[in-house]
Amino acid sequence: MKLAGKKVIVLGERDGVQGTALSQCVKAAGGEVVLTVDQCFV
Amino acid sequence: MDLEDQGAIKATVEELGSDDIVVILGSPDPDAAEMYAETVTLGDPTYAGPLAGVSLRLPVYNIFEPEIKEQIPPEVYQEQVAMMEMVLPAEEICARVRAVREKAGVSS
Amino acid sequence: MNFPVIKAVSYALAHTPDLVPYGSKPERELRKTPALCGRLAAHLRTFDQACAYPPHQVFIGRTPPEALWDRETPWWRHQDAMAERWGPYGEIMPEAEFYGLLRFSDEFDLVWLEPAFLATVRQRLRAHPLFRTEDLDRLGDGHALDRIRSKITDEGALPLRHRDRLVGCVRRGHDEDSFLTANILLENVACKATGMLAIRWLFEHHREEGIRPEIIDYVINAGEEAVGDRYQRGAGNLAKAMAERSGCVNSTGGDVKAFCCGPIHSLIIAAGLVHSGIFEHVLVVGGGALAKLGMKFRGHLKHDMPILEDVLASFAILVGPPDDRNPRIRLDAIGKHDVRYSGSAQSIARALIANPLDALGRRVTDIDRYAVELHNPEITEPAGSGNVPRHNYRTIASLGVMRGEWSRHAIAEFERWHGLPGFSPTQGHVASAVPYLGHARDAMRRGDLRTAMFIGKGSLFLGKMTHLSDGMSFILEAPNS
Repeated sequence: MKLAGKKVIVLGERDGVQGTALSQCVKAAGGEVVLTVDQCFV
Repeated sequence: MDLEDQGAIKATVEELGSDDIVVILGSPDPDAAEMYAETVTLGDPTYAGPLAGVSLRLPVYNIFEPEIKEQIPPEVYQEQVAMMEMVLPAEEICARVRAVREKAGVSS
Repeated sequence: MNFPVIKAVSYALAHTPDLVPYGSKPERELRKTPALCGRLAAHLRTFDQACAYPPHQVFIGRTPPEALWDRETPWWRHQDAMAERWGPYGEIMPEAEFYGLLRFSDEFDLVWLEPAFLATVRQRLRAHPLFRTEDLDRLGDGHALDRIRSKITDEGALPLRHRDRLVGCVRRGHDEDSFLTANILLENVACKATGMLAIRWLFEHHREEGIRPEIIDYVINAGEEAVGDRYQRGAGNLAKAMAERSGCVNSTGGDVKAFCCGPIHSLIIAAGLVHSGIFEHVLVVGGGALAKLGMKFRGHLKHDMPILEDVLASFAILVGPPDDRNPRIRLDAIGKHDVRYSGSAQSIARALIANPLDALGRRVTDIDRYAVELHNPEITEPAGSGNVPRHNYRTIASLGVMRGEWSRHAIAEFERWHGLPGFSPTQGHVASAVPYLGHARDAMRRGDLRTAMFIGKGSLFLGKMTHLSDGMSFILEAPNS
């Protein structure tokens, strides 16, 4: 599964890996972030 | 998964079609990762949100999984994710997400 | 070094099981699935259960946090046999008295209680050490149940129930203003009432040290509740409202908004105001968050355990000028997450932990205790959010590994050596490191603790204005260290 050229939905979490950090990785791998959702349960 | 977020995912897939969409997770906990993976493949397992009974069958991966990690330039991965891989139960999270993909028959 | 000190700390809990359905999550879910009401009600705790819950006893200072390490789990099943309502830092207030406190905090006749219930409440508050005759006069005579019912049916009032009985209501503040609905006003009055309760305990326990309401110059409310109306949603200054009913007649104040990181921002600002000489005594207060009641009730029901998010929590912290008896805040080593930093874990750890350590030339292991967001894991784990403090301690340990100051093989052990078990209710800003401040102050005054770092973080993305993270930290040092 290649990220390059894909449309990526990023489901981050404040107490895991955050959406902004995931997005940086996806972009660097050539993917396009189409939705970023961050969760915080506290 | 939060009901509003399920709605946002559903709307995104409806708008863009599901062919080229991939989901990347950053969940801190194996149970949560499994539930998120199920929600975007087989549908909301709690039957509470907009994705209840909706099988999007999206390819879903955790950021720590080798096939994703190897596509990210090492310096970016190191800066953005490496520490949380050390902190969280990464292996179990990856195994659970992989199991959901297999159960849902989502292509790898 | 002449840095401002922590002169006094207090905490309070209010057990409010009948307000759980008004928490944001339960309120939304019950509207969609009314059948859940019965299951929710069947999983609520009695006051005695909530009082004897070991983490609550730690919160009010009756037992040290470290005692939780070896306590049998689940804590909700293995209660504290020595538990009491009153603790050295404050109390756990039962619901009926809390409704009286709501009425007492109400300046606009919003909270109506039924006369017979009010009479019982008045009697119980008469026996309470913090309430005087003139306070009890503010409770009024109450309103007949049929008038309360018609306010609920016809005018958008919110029912107040106690043990399956309708005992009152909260009225809306305006016919059309969606920011003065009964729900929002209850949220705000509850925050004011609990914050005020913590402030009053602070004065009660430290009166003999000359800490009286009159010495307070400025009050900062660090809470997240948005007080305001249609033209100024979130305009705030709940600080001044709390100060008014706590007798701080020589003070004014303001609110510092920074999501869960509000308390750490507020303490640093307070220390700055004291250090600069602008004010001598600054009080930082945080009231309870009604919206967070029952937030993870689905997870708790799934595991057939009690709904543990049934308490409102609050704190009050007095920052004062340098002395040789109290721990001081090192203003020359403040950690802050700048705009230019990313939201990754290592970036946050560098900003909040490595930078202040480097400023003082210290190692990760030179800090005796790290106080992170001290969310009780028994509340978060069943909902899939993991053990928040544990993840934070592993992050700090990993930072230590990267700096060559901790062994890679001992990451899991860091929490026991330099961390704390999570014992705070998941009340947003309240859980943000400050629940340890009272324990740390006492341990430092006893000579049992030299240094502690307090670290707060905020989820700014929830407000949809920025994707940035936020966080601040400070180091506390024992007197004469």
